[in-house]
Amino acid sequence: MKEKITREEVAHVAGLAKLSFNDEQLDHFTTQLSDILNIFDTLATVNTENVEPTYSVTENVNILREDVADNWQQKQELLKNAPLEAAGLIKVPAILDEGEN
Amino acid sequence: MSNFETTIGLEVHVEMKTNSKLLSPSPVHFGSEPNENANAIDFGYPGVLPVANKGAIEFGMRVAMALHADITPFIRWDRKNYFYPDNPKAYQTTQSQTPIGTNGYIDITLDDGTVKRIGITEMHVEEDAGKNTHGTDGYSYVDLNRQGTPLIEIVSEPDLSSPEEAKAYLEQLRKVVQFTGVSDVKMQEGQMRADVNVSLRPYGSDTYGTKVEMKNINSFNYVYNALAFEEKRQARVLMSGGTIRQETRRYDEPTKSTILMRVKEGADDYRYFPEPDLAPIAISQDWIAEVAQSLPESANDRRQRYVSELGIEQYDADVLTQTMEMADFYDQAVTSGGEPKRVANYLIGDVNAYLNKNQVELPDTQLTPEHLAGMVKLIEDGTISTKQAKKVFEAIMVGEDPAEYAHQHGLVQLSDPAQLTPIINEILDNNPQSIEDFKGGKDRAVGFLIGQIMKATKGQANPGVVNKILMQALNER
Amino acid sequence: MTMNYFDHDLTSLHQQLVNKETTATELVQATLDNIKATDDQLNAFITTNPESALEAAKALDKAGQFDNALAGIPLGLKDNMATKGIQTSAASRILKDFKPVYTATAVDKLNAAGAISVGKANMDEFAMGGSTETSYYKTTTNAWDHTKVPGGSSGGSAAAVAGGQVPFALGSDTGGSIRQPAAFNGIVGMKPTYGRVSRWGLFAMASSLDQIGPFTRTVKDNALVLNTISGHDQRDSTSATREVPDFTSKLTGDVKGLRIAVPKEYFGEGIDERVSVTVRAAIAQLEALGATVDEVSLPHTKYGVAAYYIIMSSEASSNLQRYDGVKYGFRADDVKNLEDLYVKTRSEGFGDEVKRRIMLGTFSLSAGAYDAFFKKAAKIRTLIIEDFNKVFEDYDVIVGPTAPTVAYGIGEEIDDPTAMYLADVLTIPVNLAGLPGMSVNAGFVDNLPVGLQIIGKPFDESTVYQTGYAFEQASRLFEKKPDIAKEY
Ligand SMILES: [Mg+2]
Ligand SMILES: [Zn+2]
Repeated sequence: MKEKITREEVAHVAGLAKLSFNDEQLDHFTTQLSDILNIFDTLATVNTENVEPTYSVTENVNILREDVADNWQQKQELLKNAPLEAAGLIKVPAILDEGEN
Repeated sequence: MSNFETTIGLEVHVEMKTNSKLLSPSPVHFGSEPNENANAIDFGYPGVLPVANKGAIEFGMRVAMALHADITPFIRWDRKNYFYPDNPKAYQTTQSQTPIGTNGYIDITLDDGTVKRIGITEMHVEEDAGKNTHGTDGYSYVDLNRQGTPLIEIVSEPDLSSPEEAKAYLEQLRKVVQFTGVSDVKMQEGQMRADVNVSLRPYGSDTYGTKVEMKNINSFNYVYNALAFEEKRQARVLMSGGTIRQETRRYDEPTKSTILMRVKEGADDYRYFPEPDLAPIAISQDWIAEVAQSLPESANDRRQRYVSELGIEQYDADVLTQTMEMADFYDQAVTSGGEPKRVANYLIGDVNAYLNKNQVELPDTQLTPEHLAGMVKLIEDGTISTKQAKKVFEAIMVGEDPAEYAHQHGLVQLSDPAQLTPIINEILDNNPQSIEDFKGGKDRAVGFLIGQIMKATKGQANPGVVNKILMQALNER
Repeated sequence: MTMNYFDHDLTSLHQQLVNKETTATELVQATLDNIKATDDQLNAFITTNPESALEAAKALDKAGQFDNALAGIPLGLKDNMATKGIQTSAASRILKDFKPVYTATAVDKLNAAGAISVGKANMDEFAMGGSTETSYYKTTTNAWDHTKVPGGSSGGSAAAVAGGQVPFALGSDTGGSIRQPAAFNGIVGMKPTYGRVSRWGLFAMASSLDQIGPFTRTVKDNALVLNTISGHDQRDSTSATREVPDFTSKLTGDVKGLRIAVPKEYFGEGIDERVSVTVRAAIAQLEALGATVDEVSLPHTKYGVAAYYIIMSSEASSNLQRYDGVKYGFRADDVKNLEDLYVKTRSEGFGDEVKRRIMLGTFSLSAGAYDAFFKKAAKIRTLIIEDFNKVFEDYDVIVGPTAPTVAYGIGEEIDDPTAMYLADVLTIPVNLAGLPGMSVNAGFVDNLPVGLQIIGKPFDESTVYQTGYAFEQASRLFEKKPDIAKEY
């Protein structure tokens, strides 16, 4: 039976998820993900035309906070958990490219 | 370059001046110590949950209104996934499927005076990232103070066809947004940043060329220069038979050129999906009406009001509405009783000259609308002369009260008839010849007498009042 | 000194405290001693916090205020609930030694009521698993048979209660993680309606599915705990703003006229015949008590597993991206650059099951897969909700088995993820629809407990408890003790 997902696709997804696998692991994951994706295949048989997707079952609407500032003063506690810190900043290996937003 | 048509699209991020962040109550404040304004939510700690800021939603509605956009009645938040040290959750909370506003526009005036309408595809409320600084020691440093600051992102249609138009659009957009009261739009603090897309195609072609992207440019001149450079570069490549790659470039100010950052292989995969941690937002007509009430008067409306109600010249009204600070200042000075035309003249003339000379912005000075109005009142009611006003002006620019200053420094005209009448009578008594000359029809005598009175009052007598009392006294003699 | 919680429910412990027959300090010390005596067999706890627990108990004894039903009573917490200053690792290496700077709302509410947490219970890593075998730290065993799994992912919490270490514990349930270990250990486990209990401080697996709920030995105990932890929380936008009723109000033992639906799909292929028989006997007992019982259909049940695994893994893949070695937690050594930092930290910090789900979710959301997977699953979710709505037009509760089998042997299933996933078929639809669901002991197969699942309408936990209580009081199965009870 044809694999549902190729080794290359698995490697691509790993890249997006910032995970790395050696060759053996990659084969293993490819087989396992294929098995799981086979279960997912059953969904394609269901007619969902005109069915609205449900992304959350919360009945809440407009749960909003008034625009009032409250500084929790957590800087020291938070930075204590940082693996590497200097002068109140979180230290990471040099960033080479640009960010997003 | 005449062979190619340029297509430019702009995605502009503007930081809102809310009190607190989009999804956490941490204060929004520029210039604090690193990580001072970041809490566990901003740090993306495990188990924390966001709660959306009503103020940011209402600010988003204001911008949508000011850009003539349709407000989306039911909004779900979305997540945009990507790893970056200044993005602690590794996803940005944004509105991709249901942006707060769609289908707006902005009118720009081109150099030749024609007005062009630029379409705005959509605008959405989202959170800003923190800030990375790059050391020379092989490390980068992350400050999450800015993380979560509410942004409004405004996405234009690809309607802009030259660097000039792009710059005019940005200037007009800055002004429109500023007059909503949503942001001060301070460029130097990065409160407005533009992502620029630009492509070229041969005239007559109905498909766009491959676009090149430049991110986070925070100066209008840089945008202009970058686009001007790209126009030339891309045209050169195309004319020599080359193809434009889909790439991200960076503007380099020293060389006024753009530099390749990376070539894109296909689209980025941000894996957008609906944010399950936030409740959706329903925007009713009542809510829209309420926010519309709070929307400050636009620059256009103000300009028209200055002309029609306050009798200000069109050009002067334009100058007064260049920035919201200036217009607000003007309105307050007029409300405080300053005569509209004289206040306008001072702002456009002396105040602007002062700002230019000292390279400062209006809010950086000690001048208050009340003090400017006070000085204008002193001139209008004759307490000080326009000449004396020059000294008073210098004083109010450094925070002095105009009336107090004028009195303490003897910069007041003598306008009280009870004080002036005895002085005038004495001079008339001492100059019978002049009275006779006057009666004999010699007008010169009046000039001589006024000169005597001015001398006796050390030049402080109010000429208008003196003239009135003198003429009356002469006629009575 | 140990304490035999098999003979004392929460009401009886409360009475002893009020009557000064015992003290909070004695209870906490006894509970710590229970854990000391039996945890080499159960391996239920990752962390205990004797100092802070005893300190809280002493303060409570000094104040002498035991008005609240839970005041002075010890408990255990699943290790994915934030406890300020106490390691909360979600059983992952990536959060080893991580100490939260705040406490989860549900835990705050228990603290405010005077209940005292003595430790953090083992679980599947990030609640991903059905056997508590994916924990980075240890393998918890079933309270009835230490060669069997305790279920999961809240296996530590379930085993701690079923094994008599603590009188109650909290767990979390995303696809069955409270109900299934409750079933495997023969105790009561409730997953409340989505939004009933605040998720603030719960380390998220899948935000639209996760709920915190109690493990107890009896239904009444369970209702008492849920009374305390429920309610709107301004810090959780999805927590319900509804009034919280007294969940003990319908515990009369009476189910006359109660309309019970039994979905035929819940007794379909893959369900152990002996489990079916046991559960059908339990349902017959409810019928004998005066309830009406009808067979119904929930036709989309068989699509639940696929829809669930797509939605859950998608949300989880995003929720777990924050574990990147930058701000807190584990950071890999010897990294060359930023990309290397991310990849090494996550590859070394996460176990296989977590990676598998991150991969699955990342794939399901990726360009080209989104519509066929994530969006399709969200539509199936709608159909599953509609199935339930239809049945609830005519019925008060839906009942069936909690899990297709009884507890299986440690190591037997762990290498077959598809089999593990399919085992969640009976609990998953309840999470997709956000309904309250509870497991109570229905009987035994080979001396291993079988769970009876009772599913209610949204926010109608009261009727679920009513049903469970009536069965429990009639069957008195809770009086049967595992061998480990002899240790106390
Ligand atoms: Mg953008
Ligand atoms: Zn953006």
